[in-house]
Amino acid sequence: MRRVLLYATLLVLIVTSVTAQDLASFEKRATMRKLDNGLTVIVLERHDAPVFSYATVVNAGSAQEIPGITGLAHMFEHMAFKGSDRVGSKDWPAEQKALAHVEEAYAAYDRANHAAVRDDAQVKKLEKAWKDAIAEADKYVVNDEFSTIIGRAGGVGMNAFTAQDMTAYYFSIPSNRFELWAFMESERFRNPVFRQFYKERDVVFEERRMRIESSPFGRLMEQFLSAAFMAHPYGYGSGIGWPSDLHSFSATDASNFAKTYYVPSNMVVAIVGDVNPAEAWPLIEKYFGRLPKAPQPPELRTVEPPQGSERMVTLREQAQPLYMEGYHRPAATDPDNATYDVISMLMSSGRTSRLYRSLVRDKKIAAGASGFNGFPGEKYPSLFTFFGATTPGHTPDELAEGVQAEIERLKTEDVPAPELQSVKTRVKAGLIRELADNEDLALQLASYQVTYGDWRELFRSVDRVDKVSAADVKRVANATFTPNNRTVARIVSAPKGAAK
Amino acid sequence: MRMLRRIAAASLLALAAGAFAQVTDYHDIKTPPLRKFAMPQPKRIVLGNGMVIFLEEDHELPLIKGRALVRGGARDVPAGKAGMLTIYTQAWRTGGTAANTGDQLDDLLEARAARVETGGGTDSTTVSLDTLKDDFDVVFPIFLDVLRKPQFRADKIELAKTQANTGISRRNDEPTGILGREVQKLGYGAASPYARQSEYATIASITREDLLAFHDRTVHPNNIILALIGDFDGAKMEKRLRDTFGSWARGPQVTKPSPAMTPAKAGIYFISKDDVTQANIAMVHPGIERSNPDYAAVQVMNAVFSGGFSGRLMQSLRSQRGLTYGVGGGVGAPWDYPGLFRIQMATKSETALESVQALRDEAQRLVTAPVTAEELSLAKESILNAFVFTMDTREKALNQQVLLELYGFPPDYFTKYPALIEKVTAADVERVAKKYVHPDQLAVLVVGNEKSFEKPLSTLGNVTTIDVTIPPPPGK
Repeated sequence: MRRVLLYATLLVLIVTSVTAQDLASFEKRATMRKLDNGLTVIVLERHDAPVFSYATVVNAGSAQEIPGITGLAHMFEHMAFKGSDRVGSKDWPAEQKALAHVEEAYAAYDRANHAAVRDDAQVKKLEKAWKDAIAEADKYVVNDEFSTIIGRAGGVGMNAFTAQDMTAYYFSIPSNRFELWAFMESERFRNPVFRQFYKERDVVFEERRMRIESSPFGRLMEQFLSAAFMAHPYGYGSGIGWPSDLHSFSATDASNFAKTYYVPSNMVVAIVGDVNPAEAWPLIEKYFGRLPKAPQPPELRTVEPPQGSERMVTLREQAQPLYMEGYHRPAATDPDNATYDVISMLMSSGRTSRLYRSLVRDKKIAAGASGFNGFPGEKYPSLFTFFGATTPGHTPDELAEGVQAEIERLKTEDVPAPELQSVKTRVKAGLIRELADNEDLALQLASYQVTYGDWRELFRSVDRVDKVSAADVKRVANATFTPNNRTVARIVSAPKGAAK
Repeated sequence: MRMLRRIAAASLLALAAGAFAQVTDYHDIKTPPLRKFAMPQPKRIVLGNGMVIFLEEDHELPLIKGRALVRGGARDVPAGKAGMLTIYTQAWRTGGTAANTGDQLDDLLEARAARVETGGGTDSTTVSLDTLKDDFDVVFPIFLDVLRKPQFRADKIELAKTQANTGISRRNDEPTGILGREVQKLGYGAASPYARQSEYATIASITREDLLAFHDRTVHPNNIILALIGDFDGAKMEKRLRDTFGSWARGPQVTKPSPAMTPAKAGIYFISKDDVTQANIAMVHPGIERSNPDYAAVQVMNAVFSGGFSGRLMQSLRSQRGLTYGVGGGVGAPWDYPGLFRIQMATKSETALESVQALRDEAQRLVTAPVTAEELSLAKESILNAFVFTMDTREKALNQQVLLELYGFPPDYFTKYPALIEKVTAADVERVAKKYVHPDQLAVLVVGNEKSFEKPLSTLGNVTTIDVTIPPPPGK
């Protein structure tokens, strides 16, 4: 053991200098500026091949939703692939009129459909009028022109995701298409057109059926989050939206959401790759400068109150058992964030981790078990979550006991120095490995800029982890992992046809 | 300070930019030619014992990565031992070496943020390493020990079996899991090494001797391709590897099996799953191999059929009809064995039959509706313009050469590929569609809750129900 410790100590010295070097080298290759409209753009040069990757990260996600429009942040993300007045239309003036008509017809139908006293015949008539209006508007659509232009130009990996904290858009493209990229990426946010909105709403509903309704894990996650939060939007299920809202919200709702949150001062674009800053900045100014300046969106007011009681949900399913337990913890900007990261690594990282050794290797009650941060988000106070899947013949209760035993160790025993050191070393090396890929790096830079207001935090967070002590781990574990702060969700197997 | 000065410079440039005319139509944007570049290719070294080594220097980050790729994989496992490769590749590393138990290796490696791992697939297994360069002298000997002197200790074989049995017990929980597994069986036949599934009984039958025998059969220098990339001096590394591996004696060569394909008859197959709100649908029949001279034309056809959002499947089923979140398909062409033509999607239960019909129509349309000039140019330009991404990092360039070596393709295969795509005509696409897509031969698989389908599945024809009940462990 002593030899291991010695190696580990030497190694830390080497790695520390490596991260400092990397930060310096990245600062040299990076330029950042805020455009007049408030948009922050980061350019990082890497000239291996004539390609670049980018990520646009919007500082708004499903946590910005309120009842009635749950799922709307994600819905807008889908609409950001539908083009603008200049991309995706055969005849914009005519299409604009037709789309306005769709919204009027939909508003009338939606009102009648949700009326306390419902007139079925009238609802049917209004529904038909709405669908007729859609058919008319569809005549002017050039299907998926946005994606087609990017695909034809050699763009790859085009995708987006909506999280509770943020919405991100990204792809990679050959560097001779930089100007085309700058036009297209700014165009989709300059004047997004909500064409084919109601068809896309059906697509999003299919996504809900796929990820949540037809998957035991998805169902468990939705129940778990809803139980864990009673006030904060992190508890609006999975973020994909409740069925009633997905069946009801309108293109007008989506447009209002975008007008509020998709403003330049609330967005960051990071570009990594074969880009010459002297040529790139004028094009960035020219195209992204077109986004109109708008007021900073309102901050979220609701703060989850202290939990004060243990909560437990049980899903009786045909599926094999799964187990989750979560504890409220502060937001990522909290000074203890690095300690939570260390706890997560101690519990879950690799085959030396405590949950692996105890639950998987020794007790053989779990096929896999982990404890992790940032669920469902990290911008606002969220959860430290444990998750495990049982091996055949074992129960979620055994996992609960096993997790509890490891939590007790955190609370009562000092983490041995070599174990803590091993975790810190892996956090540093993990960062170095992340730097290798343009796409990952673009997303990381933009996300850190959005979350912490400074992309350098990506490097500094590693230094913070380095300062975490065994006493910190004990203190934070004792403060966090308490019974009244716990939410448990489990799937127990019920035979097919049994009462549920 | 440096940052401030840069920002000031950028603002000056921004002023100049105001003079540019506003572009309102993307067609007006000029595309300069793509900068010519050649990704440095790895050095290829062949040892006297047949071992092939590729070395690629990459000095950007202080890391060294590598892997030994060993011929022989899941398809080479004896009949009746399905699942053995998973047990083998897991216990290969966790079971430790002569010098260290697997747990000791975990401690040694994780303290250095290094990894030595074993893995495997259909046709090969791997031992990989990933380390900070300063730890290479500690990690490389561990890598060698794992490669050549694994112990497959009994406790880790048991652990791997427990994990495998967990997988079996959970395999009917997610509908996509059922679909992926069963469509493979329909395409190749349930007994095929490309489709067979492990059971509690096959896992129980696997012994330590089986694992040692598989190691003895496959791990010989003449079956190995070793690739290293990272922050090292190529000449020194070459000498070290020659010294390490040069005296290792040859062993028997692994040869490729050629199992018969026994695809299912055309028709409707159904698996009942009532805890879902979607029907998962797949259609399948045999496909082609990569070496097929029509490969490039088939890739263009696949792009027309299912390339991104613009392909016919996404256009018709998602964008225009809102029936699905994800749909895809095409003629598969693995490197050295026959693939499958396969389509799959998920849709709400209430539109299951409508979707089956729509997918069948699209398969039919692929054969009968000629590819338009627009579709052809979009497919070809997408492939050609994105081609740079197949070798935009040194690691990709290295991996390409490893693949070509493993499957016996010429080293300039990828360099010549764009010219093959350029030559593909609409007539080629039509010809290969007729040759390799046979709508009348499709086995159609539906997984879902039939009570909620808009009509009984039998309205589409005879339905064969597949029972996916998991056979209990032996003796239970």
